Amino acid sequence: MLNIIKFNATAGAQTVPVMPKQPRVKPDTGNIKIDNVSISFGRGEQHHLAVSETSIEIKPGEFVCILGPSGCGKSTLLNAVAGYVKPTRGQVLLDGKAVTGPGPDRGMVFQQYSLFPWKTVRENVAFGPRILGRASPTPEAIADTFIDMVGLTKFAKRYPAELSGGMQQRVGIARALANYPTVLLMDEPFGALDSQTRHVMQENLLKIWGEFGITVLFVTHDIDEAVFLGDRVLVMSASPGKIIADIPVRLPRPRDPDIALDEDFMRIKRLCHERIKQESMRAFDQQNT
Amino acid sequence: MPQNLAHAVAEQPGDRQHHSDETVGDAGTAAEASTTDATPRAEVVDGLDRSDEPGLLTRLLQVLIGPSFVMTWFRRSLALALGVIVWHFAVATDFNWYINFENVAAPSEVWASLTKQLSGSMFYKHIAVSLQRILIAYVLAAVVGISLGLVMGRSRIANDLVMPFVELFRPIPAVAWIPLAILMWPTEEGSIIYITYLGALFPIILNTVSGVEQTPEVLVRAARSLGAGRMQIFRHVVLPAALPNIATGLAVGMGVAWFSLLAGEIISGQYGIGYFTWTAYHLIKYDDIIVGMLTIGLLGTASTLAVRLLMAPFLKWQRKAR
Ligand SMILES: Nc1ncnc2c1ncn2[C@@H]1O[C@H](COP(=O)(O)OP(=O)(O)OP(=O)(O)O)[C@@H](O)[C@H]1O
Ligand SMILES: [Mg+2]
Repeated sequence: MLNIIKFNATAGAQTVPVMPKQPRVKPDTGNIKIDNVSISFGRGEQHHLAVSETSIEIKPGEFVCILGPSGCGKSTLLNAVAGYVKPTRGQVLLDGKAVTGPGPDRGMVFQQYSLFPWKTVRENVAFGPRILGRASPTPEAIADTFIDMVGLTKFAKRYPAELSGGMQQRVGIARALANYPTVLLMDEPFGALDSQTRHVMQENLLKIWGEFGITVLFVTHDIDEAVFLGDRVLVMSASPGKIIADIPVRLPRPRDPDIALDEDFMRIKRLCHERIKQESMRAFDQQNT
Repeated sequence: MPQNLAHAVAEQPGDRQHHSDETVGDAGTAAEASTTDATPRAEVVDGLDRSDEPGLLTRLLQVLIGPSFVMTWFRRSLALALGVIVWHFAVATDFNWYINFENVAAPSEVWASLTKQLSGSMFYKHIAVSLQRILIAYVLAAVVGISLGLVMGRSRIANDLVMPFVELFRPIPAVAWIPLAILMWPTEEGSIIYITYLGALFPIILNTVSGVEQTPEVLVRAARSLGAGRMQIFRHVVLPAALPNIATGLAVGMGVAWFSLLAGEIISGQYGIGYFTWTAYHLIKYDDIIVGMLTIGLLGTASTLAVRLLMAPFLKWQRKAR
C-alpha cells in the first residue's frame, strides 16, 4: 500500500491554487518527430556512434519511455530533442519545426540535481516565467501554483541544499512545468531516489501528466518504471544505440501501483526483458567474435 | 474516484483533510485509518520535519551563551595571554641564545608606548593614510580583478591574451616592484597605491577565473532550456556559481594588499603604519616597532574580516549546504 502518500501531504498550504482548470496546453501540440537521427562523438580512434539511424514519432500528449542499459545513448537521444546536442545526421522536429537549440517549449528534468543552489525554491521555479517576461500572473504567483502542485508550499523559501533528494526533484519538475512547455523531457529523474520515494514520485508524475496532457519523453533503465508510466516503451540497445522495439502499453489509466500485480503488466515486462536479453546476447556474441 | 485522484495534487489541504475524514467515515476500518496516518509519514520520507526547531532568537542566544562559544573565546584569550607571558619572561631574563631578546621591548613598555601613541594625533594619521591607500588600491583591484576574471573564465581568447601576464607578474613580490614603480609613477603616493593594487589583483583574478570555470554545465543547460540567453546565464548562473571563489579571492587579496602596502611604505612615503614602524627602528624606539607591528596585524585581520562579512549576505545559500 504505497499509493497513499500524496505529494501535498507535507503542504501546509494557505495559498489558493490559481491554476486554471482547463488543459494548459493547446491541443495537438507537442508532436515530436525524430527523423533518421544519428549522433556520433569524436574523430578517428575516438570516434563513437552513440545513436544510429533512429526514427521515432511521438503523438501529442503521449507518455513515451525510452528504456535501455547504461551507456546505450538514451541521454544523447534525449539531449538531441532538448537541443543540447546537434544530430550528426537527420533532424528532430517539434510540431513540424526543426529543433536547433534548447528552448522553453521543452521543459527538462535532469538525472542529477540541477536546481540553482543560490536561489530559493520559489526563485528557482519563478526563473523560467521571469526570463520569459511573464507579467500576469506574476512569475512568483506562477511559481507558487506549481510549488503547491508538488506539495512544497512550506518549503518555498528554502534553499535546495535544505531539501531531500526527492523534494529537489519535485522542485525540478515544478520548474520545468512553470514555463507551460508542450513537451516534458525527463532523463532518469528518479534514478537517484530510494524505491519508496521513487514510487511516490512516479504516481504523482502521472497525476500531473493527467492534468496537463503534455507530451512526456521519459528516459529510464528500470523496466518496472517504464511499463508503469508509459503509453509506449521504446527499448534501446547499445553500440550503436538504436531503438530495437516499440512496445505499446495498453493498461488502463489512472494507474496505481497495484497494477504491477496485473497479468498484462507482467506480460509486457517479460516482453521488454526478452528483447533486452536477446539484444545483450547478440552484443555479447558480437564482442566475442 | 479517478477524477479525485487526478486533482489531488492541486487540492488545498483543507480539502484533503475533508477527504481523509470521509474515507475513514465511510469504511471505518483500522486499515483505512492507517491510510490517513500515512500523511505524516511522507514527511519522514522527505527527511525534513522541522516542527521542533527553535526560533531565531533562541538559537542566537544559544550560540552566544552556549558552552562552545564561551569555551572557544576563553581558549583563544588564554593562548594570547600565554604568548604575552612567554614574551615577558624572554625579555625579563634577557634571553639570548641564537635569537636575541635583549633589544626587544617588554610587553609593559609596549603597552605604555601604545597608550602614549593613542593619546597623540600622529599615530591616527599614520593609520588613516594606510587605510586610505588600502581602500583605493583594493577597490580598484576588486573591480578590475573580478571583471577580468569573469571575462577570462568565459572566453578562451580573453584567457589566452591575459593569462600570460598574470602568470609572469604574479610571482614578482611587491618589494621587487618598488624601483620601477617609483620610476613610473609621478608621485610616491601613486607608486605605493600601484604596488598595493598589484598585490590584491592577482589572487582576485585567479580565484574568479577558477570560480567561473567550475560552473556546473547542467545548471547552464537548465537555464538555457528555461529560455535564458547568454547575458541572463551570465547574470543568474555563472556569476553566482563563481561567488564563493570570488569571495575567497577577495579575502586572500586583502591579505596580500597589506603585505604589498607595507613593502611600499617602508621604502618611501612620509606617512603610513609601515613608515611608522620602519622609522621607529631608525630612531631606536624599540617599543614603537612592536606597536607598529601589532597595529598592522590587527588592521590586516580586521579588514579581511570586513571583506568576509560584506560577502556573507551573498553566500547565505552556501551556509545552508550540509
Ligand atoms: N559529449 C560526449 N563526448 C563523447 N562521447 C559521449 C558524449 N556524450 C556521450 N558520449 C558517449 O555516448 C554513449 C552514450 O552515452 P549516454 O550518456 O547517452 O548514455 P545513457 O544511455 O544515457 O547512459 P546512462 O544510463 O548511464 O545515463 C556513451 O558511450 C558515452 O561515452
Ligand atoms: Mg544518461
